[in-house]
Amino acid sequence: MHPEQEHFAFLAKGEFMLQRSRSSGAFIYYPRVAEPRTGATDLEWVAASGLGTVYSTTVIRQKPPKADYNLALIDLAEGPRMMSRVEGLAPQEVKIGMAVRAKIIREEDKPVIVFEPAI
Amino acid sequence: MPSSRHKPDAFPSGRSAIVGAATFGMGSAPGFNNFDLAAHASIKALAQAGLTAKEVDGLAIVVMDETMSALNFAEYLGIQPRFVDNTRTGGSSFQLHAAAAALALDAGQCDVVLIAYGSDQRSAAGKLISSSRPSPWEAPYKPLRPISSYAMAAARHMHQYGTTKRQLGEVAIAARKWARLNPDATVREELTMEGYLGARMVADPFNVRDCCLVTDGAAAVVMVREELARELNPGAAYVLGAAHETTHREIAQMPDLTVTGTAAAARRAFSQAKVTAKDFDVVELYDAFTINTILFLEDMGFCPRGEGGRFISDGAIAPGGSLPVNTNGGSLSCVHPGMYGLFTMVEAAQQIMGVCGERQVAGVELALSHGNGGELSSEAVLVLGSAAAARSR
Repeated sequence: MHPEQEHFAFLAKGEFMLQRSRSSGAFIYYPRVAEPRTGATDLEWVAASGLGTVYSTTVIRQKPPKADYNLALIDLAEGPRMMSRVEGLAPQEVKIGMAVRAKIIREEDKPVIVFEPAI
Repeated sequence: MPSSRHKPDAFPSGRSAIVGAATFGMGSAPGFNNFDLAAHASIKALAQAGLTAKEVDGLAIVVMDETMSALNFAEYLGIQPRFVDNTRTGGSSFQLHAAAAALALDAGQCDVVLIAYGSDQRSAAGKLISSSRPSPWEAPYKPLRPISSYAMAAARHMHQYGTTKRQLGEVAIAARKWARLNPDATVREELTMEGYLGARMVADPFNVRDCCLVTDGAAAVVMVREELARELNPGAAYVLGAAHETTHREIAQMPDLTVTGTAAAARRAFSQAKVTAKDFDVVELYDAFTINTILFLEDMGFCPRGEGGRFISDGAIAPGGSLPVNTNGGSLSCVHPGMYGLFTMVEAAQQIMGVCGERQVAGVELALSHGNGGELSSEAVLVLGSAAAARSR
């Protein structure tokens, strides 16, 4: 398994995939060759539910005309935490505890996982 | 783990000491490179103990932009050390160096260890120089590293414990009050709560006054075994405990943004030194951001978990308060040349030596030097004590 390569290949096809250890059932993100702590290499790719909760959030302030933007840590429903941002509302309106859902957008010609409020 | 694999912590408490501790080029020092600055600080620190470079046979140094820095600096000083360390954990590197130096000295691997740092980042770059590759898991989101990581720790602490923006401001104001007593501090103008609250926002909840300075500067300490320390400097600062803990590299992988590795490091270092939080006369923390001071005081047990914001309020850590914290003005107001860890060690040692002038805390027997590296990633605690404190343990 080539974790980083395969993850971004899935993403290019519009798929947000997580690794899971067959023995422990635990999900892993970011992708690696072995499960953290156990070192188990029995990893398989599983589609992420895309659901998550905002663990923390900040607004990165910029000098106008550049726009302020959100940066957030998202606790995925499957367990792991990832860095991302929440779109679809003003960056300062993103709150800790907010339920969010992943979507894949293209930015600078690359697929990127971002989140929006899960109403 | 089976007990046969575990050996109790046998840190050589009190068997080595800092006999020289100096800074150089604090704030702005144009025209010097990193090693020039480190050399100036080193020569000053060695001279305090009546030593010169040729007596140094153990050398530890990191700089922002040279991974084999111990080799460069040995060459610069014209020495051939038999112990070197350029372990890089960011700002905590120097506490790790001191811990390793204590072991190496105790094992007779060397006799005189110089730990040094220098940076021209303000004059050369004008901003924090990155020593890391961009992460594919972070780069698409354009984090403002390291500020945004600490900002999210602050946001989380405020959410969980009700810590307020004004309490973050109290940390910045206390640091500034100490800096006003330190002629070497970079920024010494008065900072009011109104001035703090009105500062330019950078990454919520942080404004520029929540963030460390970008300066030049250098520091150095000299460590020897206790026998030589008694001979060289009656004011020496003995290394009573030294421990560190690594928890993650990227902020998304930090288990809990309100609990740092400082907690585990302090438990071990305090146990080695046979001290508790209430025994300390001064505490020198790695305050790269205002939230750090609150997190680390909680981690080390100076106040209950979640109470840090209330604990530091009403001038408790400012001059004249109940607990002197960051008596040089910290990295918020004194100096922050890319990595700050060695400056907490210099200040803690100098407070024990009693050479801090107007900011000197009376009768310092026990001082804490803390290091923080990465993004709350590598945390280190050194317990330093006077000769009397070392004898009584």
